[in-house]
Amino acid sequence: MKHEVKEIPTERMVLNFGPSHPATHGVFRNILELDGERILDVEVEIGFLHSGFEKLGEHRTYNQFITIADRMNYLSPLNNDIGYVLAVEKLLGIEVPPRCQYIRAIMCELNRIADHLVSIGMHAVDVGAFTVFLYAFKQREIIYDLLEFVTGSRMNNSYPRVGGLMSDAPEGFEDKVKDFADHFLPTVDDIERLLTRNRIWVDRNKGIGAISAEEAISWGLTGPCLRAAGVEWDIRKTEPYSSYDHFDFEIPVGVRGDSYDRYLVRMEEMRQSNRIIQQAIANLPGGEVNVDDPKIILPPKERVYHSIEGLIHHFKLIMEEHGFQTPRGEIYSATEVPNGELGFFIISDGTNKPYRIHVRAPSFINYSVFPQLIKGHMISDVVAVISSLNIIAGELDR
Amino acid sequence: MDSVEGNQALAKLKATYPDSILEAKEFRGDITVTIKKENLLSILQFLRDDEELKFNHLASISGIDYLKMEDVEGRLAVVYHLYSLKNNRRLAIKTFITGDSLEIDSVYSLWKTANWQEREIYDLFGITFKGHPALKRIFLPEDFEGHPLRKDYPLEGRGERSRFDYEEE
Repeated sequence: MKHEVKEIPTERMVLNFGPSHPATHGVFRNILELDGERILDVEVEIGFLHSGFEKLGEHRTYNQFITIADRMNYLSPLNNDIGYVLAVEKLLGIEVPPRCQYIRAIMCELNRIADHLVSIGMHAVDVGAFTVFLYAFKQREIIYDLLEFVTGSRMNNSYPRVGGLMSDAPEGFEDKVKDFADHFLPTVDDIERLLTRNRIWVDRNKGIGAISAEEAISWGLTGPCLRAAGVEWDIRKTEPYSSYDHFDFEIPVGVRGDSYDRYLVRMEEMRQSNRIIQQAIANLPGGEVNVDDPKIILPPKERVYHSIEGLIHHFKLIMEEHGFQTPRGEIYSATEVPNGELGFFIISDGTNKPYRIHVRAPSFINYSVFPQLIKGHMISDVVAVISSLNIIAGELDR
Repeated sequence: MDSVEGNQALAKLKATYPDSILEAKEFRGDITVTIKKENLLSILQFLRDDEELKFNHLASISGIDYLKMEDVEGRLAVVYHLYSLKNNRRLAIKTFITGDSLEIDSVYSLWKTANWQEREIYDLFGITFKGHPALKRIFLPEDFEGHPLRKDYPLEGRGERSRFDYEEE
C-alpha cells in the first residue's frame, strides 16, 4: 500500500518566554514568533525590575550609592562597587594607596571567577549538563566564604569606599586567598573535561548565536561576548586601573563569536584571573588602605566612640546635607567587569551628591543584540544563548 | 593626560567642522566637545570612519537634564561617549536639544547599540530620536505619564504607587 503524503498546514505561533521562566535567570520577557520550532522573530520586553537606580543616585551621597551599585549586578557586586568608587575617585582626582589597589584587584578577580562559574554552571544546567553546575557551585561557595571573611557579607558586599576600603583585609587573608588560588585550577580542568569536547555540549553551542567582530562592535558588545568574536580588547590592559598594569596576564579571544566561544573565553579568563590573584597576593604591599584625607575618609571607630572630635568628624561625613563634596565637572570612567565594560558617567555640581549619574550597564547593552543572535535558530537554543550572554536582570533594568 | 590643545581628534574635528563646534572642555583627562545639533550625524560618522581617529565603539549614550544647573544654557542634552579601539582614546560629544520638538537625529544608522540606549533616553527624558526604527518606552509601561529622570519629576513619583488598587480586588 502506498502512503499518500499530505501537506500539513502550519501557521505561525507566538510563544511567551518569560517574564517568569527558569532559564531567564531574572525577569524579562521574550515574545517569540515561531514556525514550528524555528524562531522567525523575537521581541524583547524588559523593565520588570526597573528600580530607578539612576534617579535614586541623584538623591544619595556618593558613598551611599555604593550599596546601589552592587545591587545592580548581584553576581559580581565587588566589580561594580570598585568600578563606581574608581569613577568618584577620578572625579575627586585622588588615587588610593598601593595596598588598597592590590586588595581591590584581588577582590575583583575573585568575584570575576565566581561570576564566570555561575555563568558557566547555569549555562550547563540550561542545556542539560547538571554535574558541571555542582562542580562550579562548590568552588563558588569557597569564594563566597572568602568574601564573607573579608567583607562581612556573602552578596552585595559594599566593601570599597571612596578613597579606600571599609576596612583593611583581616588577618589570615593572604593565606586563605593563596589556599584558594592554589587549589582552584583543577576545577576548571574538571569542567573542561566535562564540557569542552562533550558531543552534546558542542552540538548545542557551536555555531549558535554567532556574531562577527564588526557586528559585535556595532552592537556595543564588550567583555567575553566581544572577545569571543575575536576582538582583543580588555580595559584592564588598555586603560589599567587598580594596579592591573603590574600583573602579567593574557586576554583570551575566540574566533566565531558563538555560544561555544563565549564559554571558552570565560574558561580561560578564570585561569588568567587566578594568575592575577597569585601575583597580587605574592606581592601584596603593606601600609595604609585609605587615602590620607579626613575630608573623605571616616575616622576610626575608636575615635568616634571615645572623643567628641571624632564624633563630630563622623557626623560631618554621615549626616544629611554633609559628606564630602566633589569639584564641578563631568567624567566617564570605565572598568572591565565580568560582563564587559561597566561605565559610570557622573556629573557633579559641586555638592555632596551627584547631579546626574548614568550607568553604562554591560548586561543592558549585551542583551540588545539577542534578537539578532537567535533569529533562525531553534527554540531550545534560546536558553543557550541567554545563558552564554550572562544577563543579570538587575543590571538590565537598573 | 589629554589636554584640549594637544588632542589630535579635537584638532581634526575643528579643522573639518569649524562652525559646528561650540565648546571643548577638559576635566580629569576627559575631553567633552559640545557641538551643534544639526551636524551630529555627520560629525559622529566622521569620527567613526576617519582612518586616523577610528572612534568605532560607541560606549554609552546618556541624557542629561540641566534644569537645576542655572549657569548652563539650554536644558536637555545628550552625550555620546566614544572609544577608539585602534588608538585607545576616549572622546565625549555633547549636544543640546533646542527648539520645541525635543528632537534629535538617531545614530542607529551608525551604531546598532543606539537602538536600546536611545529608547532608554526617550523613555526617561522624553527626547525623540528621528529615524529610530522602533521608538517606544523600554523600562516603563506604555501608558506611563512623564519622564522620571527629568529634574522636575519628584523622586517619590507623582502618586503612581497609590494608583494601584489593592483594596478593591
